[in-house]
This record gives sequence, C-alpha cells and structure tokens, in this order.
Amino acid sequence: MATLTTGRAVAPARARPRGSAAERWIDRNLRWLLPGPAVVTLLLLMVFPLVYTAYLSLHEWYASSVLGPQFVGLQNYVQLFARDERFWPAFVTTLVFTAGSVILTVVLGLGIAHLLIRVFPGRGLARTLMLLPMIATPVAMALVWMTMMSPTIGVLNWLLSCVGLPPSAWVSSPRSVIAALLLVETWMWTPMTTLICLAGLAALPGEPFESARVDGASSRQVFWHVTLPLLRATLVVAALFRTIDALKVFDIVYVMTEGGPGFASETLNLYVFQTSFKYLNLGYASALIVVFFALIAGASLLLIRVRRSAW
Amino acid sequence: MNRGRLARGAGFWLLLAASLAFLLFPLVWMALGSFKTQVDFMAYPPKWRFSPTLANYEKVLGGSDFLRFALNSLIIAVGSTLLSLLVGTPAAYGIARHRQTRLGLLLLSARMAPGIAFLIPWFILFSKLRMIDTYPAVMLTHMVVVLPLVIWVLVGFFEEVPAELEEAGLIDGCTRLGVLARIALPLARPGLVATAILGIISSWNNFIFSLVIAGNHTRTLPVAIFNFVSYDSLNWGGLTAASTIITLPVLVMAFFVQKHIVRGLTLGALKG
Repeated sequence: MATLTTGRAVAPARARPRGSAAERWIDRNLRWLLPGPAVVTLLLLMVFPLVYTAYLSLHEWYASSVLGPQFVGLQNYVQLFARDERFWPAFVTTLVFTAGSVILTVVLGLGIAHLLIRVFPGRGLARTLMLLPMIATPVAMALVWMTMMSPTIGVLNWLLSCVGLPPSAWVSSPRSVIAALLLVETWMWTPMTTLICLAGLAALPGEPFESARVDGASSRQVFWHVTLPLLRATLVVAALFRTIDALKVFDIVYVMTEGGPGFASETLNLYVFQTSFKYLNLGYASALIVVFFALIAGASLLLIRVRRSAW
Repeated sequence: MNRGRLARGAGFWLLLAASLAFLLFPLVWMALGSFKTQVDFMAYPPKWRFSPTLANYEKVLGGSDFLRFALNSLIIAVGSTLLSLLVGTPAAYGIARHRQTRLGLLLLSARMAPGIAFLIPWFILFSKLRMIDTYPAVMLTHMVVVLPLVIWVLVGFFEEVPAELEEAGLIDGCTRLGVLARIALPLARPGLVATAILGIISSWNNFIFSLVIAGNHTRTLPVAIFNFVSYDSLNWGGLTAASTIITLPVLVMAFFVQKHIVRGLTLGALKG
C-alpha cells in the first residue's frame, strides 16, 4: 500500500503527521513513551529499594522483633566503623580478594587473548570452548570444585603430587582458603577478560605493528612497546568490570566456605548477607550495604576516570 | 630464523593446550564424575578408566523434586526474560535512535549495584504482601539482572538497523511506532532471540535472589543443588550428575549467542 505518490523521496524523516489524533500524539511523545516503562520498572525495582535501604540504615530493626524500626541516627555507622569486629576483617578480605582476582584474570585473559588472536586451525572451536567456565552455572561449578579440592581424595592434591608438590588443605584451612577461592574465581572469570582483550586486540590499527616490524623489533618488544600501550584503555575496562564483580563476590564463597573456616574468607557481601538473613539485623545490615555500595561506586568512578585519561 | 619460528610454534601450541586444559578441566571432571559409581569416585589416585554407569542420572532425574525445580528455573527464567523484553525493547529502541545517554548511565549503575542492596527492601515488601515464594516475586527480582542486560544488548542490535530503511518507512506513511513494529523489530529479530537467550542464561544461573525470595514452591536449581549438598555431601556422583544437567542447557544456549556475550557482560562499555 504505497501512499507515496510523487516518487520524490527528498525530505527524509521529516514526514507530515499521519494517522489518527491518538497515533499522532503517540508519535510526538515517543521520546519519553518508549523508555517510560523500563524507567518506571527500574525505579521501582532498584532506586526505591536503595532509598529505602538508606532510610533503614538510620534505624535499629530486627526482622524477628515485634517492634517496628526505631530511629537511632548514625549509631549504626558509628558502630560499624569503630566497634564492629567483623567489618574490618571482611573489608580487608574483600580488598585482597579483589586485587588478586583483578590481577590474575586480567593478566591471564590478556595472555590467552594473545594466543587466540592468532590464526590457527581450530581457532573458532578454541574460542567457543574457552567461554564455557563463565557461562556454566556458578553454584554447580563451585560444588564441582569442592569435590576437586577434597584434602584427602581430591584430584587437585593428586595433580600436586604428580608434580612433586605437597598436598594443600585448599578451602579447609584459613591459610589457603583465599588462594583456593581465587583459583576458582580466576578459572570462572578469565574468559570474560579474554573476550574483552580479544575485542580490543581485534580493533587495533595495523600500521604501528608494521612499522615496528620494519624497524626490526622482536615479537617481545612489539608486545611490550606497541601492543600494551595501545591496549591500555581495553585493559582498564577489563579491570573495571572485574573490580565491580570481584568486590561483589558471593556465590562461590557462600557455596564453598560460607565465609569460613572461622571468618577467614568472609567478604563484605557475605557479612552483609549473614547480618541480613541469618541474624535478621536489618537496620544494621542496611548501614553495611550503604558503605558497601559506596565502596563499589567509588572504585568504579576511580577506574572510569583512569579510563578517560587512558583514552 | 626458521628454527626460531618453529620453536615459537611449539611454544604456542603448548601454551594454548595449557590454557584450555585449565579452563576445561573442571567441566571434564564433572562430566566424567557423573558417570562414576560411588566407589570409583572415591578412589585415590583418581580413576581415569572406569566402567560408566547411568545410575547417578537415574537417581537425580527419578527423584521426586529435581524436575519440579528444573521447571521452576525454566518458568522464572522465561518469565523474567519476557517481562524484560516487553519493557526493555522500546527503551532500547529509544536509546539507539534518540541517543538517550542518561538512561545508559542508569543501566550502568544497575550493573554496579550489588544484588544484596535490593534484597532487604524486597524481602520486607514481599513478606508484607505475602508474596515470598511466589513466581511473580522471584521473576521481579531476577529482572534486576535481566532487564539492564536485555536493554543494553538490544541497543546494539537496533543501532545496526539502517536508518535509511526507517526513513523510507516514514515517507511511505508509517507512524514512528509503525516503523518500530514493521521495520525495526523484524530486522532486529535475530537480535531479539540472542538477547532472550542471554537473559534466560543469566536468570537460570542466578543464586542470591532465589536463595532469599524463593521458597519450597518456587525453588530454582542452583538453590536446590546447594541444599542437596548440605544433607548428602558425600554423594559426588549425584552432585556431578545434577551439575551436568543444570549446566548443559546453558552451555548449549551459549553456543548460539557467543558473539554477543561480551556486550552483555560489559554493557557495551567497549564501544565507549
């Protein structure tokens, strides 16, 4: 049904209004009608809870109590920073875990991406298989890792013995638990940094490499002096997303150690969760969440700023 | 020169093999273990050659609850993804066509926020409404993860629809809404399918929301398998069989959408 009669399609997009009055009204207001439902949904699902959490953080309230929330001002925050014996260890554990996770996944991801960017038979298959750890259901995989880490009959200790190393207690000792969790985390999220680095490597311009080769640079020199500087922005993006996710780590820790042994692997997210849903101390947990959220937002903004300057 | 290249070639294959071995070993271990008898699984040193059994799968699938939990996972994943597509598709189109970058920032902060930051208010709200352990409540919470993902991936697909086609539609007498329905949506259909798959995967894998908001009636597979381990911690065969069944559909789905995964995970931050 062509209503086009003149055949002269000269003025693009600036069409005369057509249709009923209602249709014209919709067309005129499309700019906010289109995102409207999503914005309302996000506000209800996310912004309202955040505001309510901030409000609740100024109150004392146990979900098990018959009393409603009692206003206590900043008392929760004072206790958190000055008297809470679990907050600071959890804070440090979170930072250590995050630093380890970011460094390991970014370095390994860059290395693997550097392999997979080359052309070789079976590259497509290798790229697909490489993705799997990141897609597999985290809870299920954490449980599989638990069987592998069994101190007595686990396959990992068998592998260690094959190369002549002493067995490890993995997650059952406070000394090795963070390293063991980092191993699982690195396994799970290296595919993500690999993907990001692959995209970055594929988008690099060819000329700097050619001129470096003409100048007789070795492939190691090319990597350090050409690839890495050009890839800096990509690496910052990878670090940004890994930082956000590692600070929030929950699934593997909750499943494998529940913060133990003792509190050796209790991260902030774990501590918040236990405070909320084990002790039902909702007011105090809300204060913890506000601080936790501020930490993530702060780290993200810092990295976004670094990224801007790296561009 | 030639020798150097050859050595580097060998080094390359060695490194590649080592990387893949590291990334795939747990999955291979899981698949192997699911076919082992309890005795074979508990053997040390680990057995690499054993007579495979299907008993673990029979036990897991024959158990009364596993299929019910799988159905819950499916209902919640499909439901939260469809709802997200419903409100997310127009928004993604708007962002792609009108360059609404402030909306993008809202989505980025959604990606940043820890899930636990929303759980307390929902827990209170859904408790008051007596909606804990109902499908709508679990679906809504899953949407916090799925909706930003869906919008962001779709923006990329809509940006690929050539604007000339839409202008032609306007000249031919379509309303702008008609252009969305008759031109942009059909052209972006493969993108809609890929987006739906990514949404389903992220809901299927979700743990923390289901842990708090779901109960006996709506329990999803990740929570179910976690509970299973706490009362039957030594049944490794059953555990790996269940893990394989949970993971396999996700891996198969991922196979079809691997090109779009990086965008979904980073909310398009690579494009700047």
